Amino acid sequence: MKKLLATAALTAVTLMSGAAQAGDVVRIATEGAYPPWNALNSAGHLEGFEIDLYQVLCARANLECTMEQTAWDGIIPSLQQGKFDVIMAGMSITDKRKKKITFSRSYASSPAVFVVGKDSAMVDFKVSADKISLADLDANEKTSLDATLAVLNGKTIGVQKGTIHLNFLKEYMKGNATIRTYETQEQLDLDLQSGRVDVAFAAESYWHPLFAKPEGADFRAIGPGFSEGPFGEGVGLGLRQEDQELADKFSVAINSAIADGTVSKLAVKWFGFDASSK
Amino acid sequence: MDLTILSWGASGWGDEFFYATLITISVATCSFAFGIVLAAGAATMKLSNYRVLRMLANGYTTVVRGIPELLIIYLIFYGGNSILMSIAKDVFNYHQYIELPIFMMGVLCIGLSSGAYSTEVIRGAVLAVPIGTIEAAKAIGMNTSTRFRRILLPQVARFALPGLGNVWQLTLKETSLISVIGLAEIVRIAQIGAGSEKEPFTFFLAGLILFLILASLSDRGYISLERWANRGVRRA
Amino acid sequence: MDWDIVNEAIPAIFAALPVTIALVSVSLFFGFFLAVTVALCRLSPYAALNKPAYVFVYIFRSTPLLIQMFLIYYGSGQFRDELDAIGLWQFFKDPWFCAILSLTLNTGAYTSEIIRGGIQSVAIGLIEAGKACGMSTVQLFRRITFPLAMRQALPGYGNEVILMVKSTSLASTITIMDMTGVYKEIASDHFSPFEPIIVAGSFYLILNYIVTLAISRAEKKFAIHAH
Repeated sequence: MKKLLATAALTAVTLMSGAAQAGDVVRIATEGAYPPWNALNSAGHLEGFEIDLYQVLCARANLECTMEQTAWDGIIPSLQQGKFDVIMAGMSITDKRKKKITFSRSYASSPAVFVVGKDSAMVDFKVSADKISLADLDANEKTSLDATLAVLNGKTIGVQKGTIHLNFLKEYMKGNATIRTYETQEQLDLDLQSGRVDVAFAAESYWHPLFAKPEGADFRAIGPGFSEGPFGEGVGLGLRQEDQELADKFSVAINSAIADGTVSKLAVKWFGFDASSK
Repeated sequence: MDLTILSWGASGWGDEFFYATLITISVATCSFAFGIVLAAGAATMKLSNYRVLRMLANGYTTVVRGIPELLIIYLIFYGGNSILMSIAKDVFNYHQYIELPIFMMGVLCIGLSSGAYSTEVIRGAVLAVPIGTIEAAKAIGMNTSTRFRRILLPQVARFALPGLGNVWQLTLKETSLISVIGLAEIVRIAQIGAGSEKEPFTFFLAGLILFLILASLSDRGYISLERWANRGVRRA
Repeated sequence: MDWDIVNEAIPAIFAALPVTIALVSVSLFFGFFLAVTVALCRLSPYAALNKPAYVFVYIFRSTPLLIQMFLIYYGSGQFRDELDAIGLWQFFKDPWFCAILSLTLNTGAYTSEIIRGGIQSVAIGLIEAGKACGMSTVQLFRRITFPLAMRQALPGYGNEVILMVKSTSLASTITIMDMTGVYKEIASDHFSPFEPIIVAGSFYLILNYIVTLAISRAEKKFAIHAH
């Protein structure tokens, strides 16, 4: 009896706050603090790659959408509780997150890059592979990966809390480097500037536009760009597991926007390079 | 150090700091007031004859005074919604998404902590009321509510004033912790400014000075309040 | 309640207990010496000593520890070259140094007021008796004033120790992995704040319970035996 009641209560929850029904307004949430993916401009309005892209995707999927801002911390529990229907906040598709929520196909991906101060001894470090895909390493990638890990051995590496970049460092560098974790990327940048950390690790999509600004003038990227493995399958839309149908609709829209070059165009506009998924 | 970045207007951070200071003052005031309400209840419970009430109130002050405020903030900010929603679901059969505005969550966190400290102050003040004054009131036939209003409350307020002054200063400082959940008070604005202008010392020093100003204004206000409360008290 | 997260959080947060204890004990140790010095300066009749002591205490007592910590940690980065020139950057570079420095300055300011109150509470007759016996100023302080002041200050100091245990949690905001830092990591790993907070909160409560017991034992030991 108790179990029956619980099931009934659960069903009620899904009916009232859960699955987004066709014809309803789809509420998309973003962080607004991860430029150039999504950020608040000086006038207090959301702007960025994902703010442009969601309008394209909703138009193609024939959906009426709204976009709101929410904190990154607790974004997954808020989705599950029904605060909004979709997460579009530069969120990478990882196996760990897939246990909690479902994803659309990926629309973009940004390799992860190590960055040092311009006076660092490591500033000229290079390996033969430009990009390393951690899912299946070829011989060249394997040597390049080992060379990168060797040069970082014993260094102090800064990274933002709760990110795939921290997961990578835990998996590949644990015990061989001092890992410092930061609440915000701004704090990490301050410590890279002052030399408290030797290296900072984050997405190329974050660094690339920063290098062009005065704040990033003293920073240099080193070594290869990393993707796949702990970095997952790129960035996608996150949805509640019962909303698989809506996720599929978005995937179809993403496919078409990638095929006609819309995503590449928007990526070049915001990141300065083509970060669209293939 | 380039101080023009602290000027008023679009290029400077002066106006941001000004509004942040107003937010700090509002959070502190609301939390302090909320704390006093909590404290009045908890102090009454601590002084009651019922063991269960005493234990509940002791539990509240021990837990809140024994664990870091930062943890309380994380709990309420990240866990508060699920608690709120499950209460709404179980008690009111309400299933929609509900969320407290960030300002109210801040007041709830700081108020809980402020209230625990105020509880001890108010309890001490009640115990300090000379029993003779209560007996005298009873003797001339005052009923309980008149006695509370005319004899107990004015004396408790006067005895509690110095302690509550300390709790106010504590509350004012604790509002800084709300910056970790992103409320745009003084420390948060200092952090944002430090990050985007790459001048952390300038910005955190500016924040520190704003707190110093608030503290010295509170000191002055407190001195005149105490003078007012002690008017008619014979001085030695 | 997800017991898997609780089971993971207990050993992980327990492993960070030494970090919290180290932060508390090292800053209390240095803070105590600072506090005695500041309290004596505050009581000195010379303006050159009591004015700066007053300003120091006022600043550190009326501003939040969080902003003091950020000012010392991130703020020092702005003067990296200047600090490097005088050989101090190697200290400020270390988050541990910055955390201990700010906690020490903070507890030093608070404790100095507790000690000053204790010194002022010593009955004048006792000091006069000491003088009458021909004790020197140093002897008077060491044998009469200081021990009596300490006994008077003990309950207030007990509260300060508990506040310090709580304050160390702020070190997690400048990259130190104390119990609060580890709590935050587990919470964001599992997208679940509730379970690890019960674990971390309990550890802090137990730690503060032990402090309370220790202080009340010390109070009993130093109590006046009037019979």
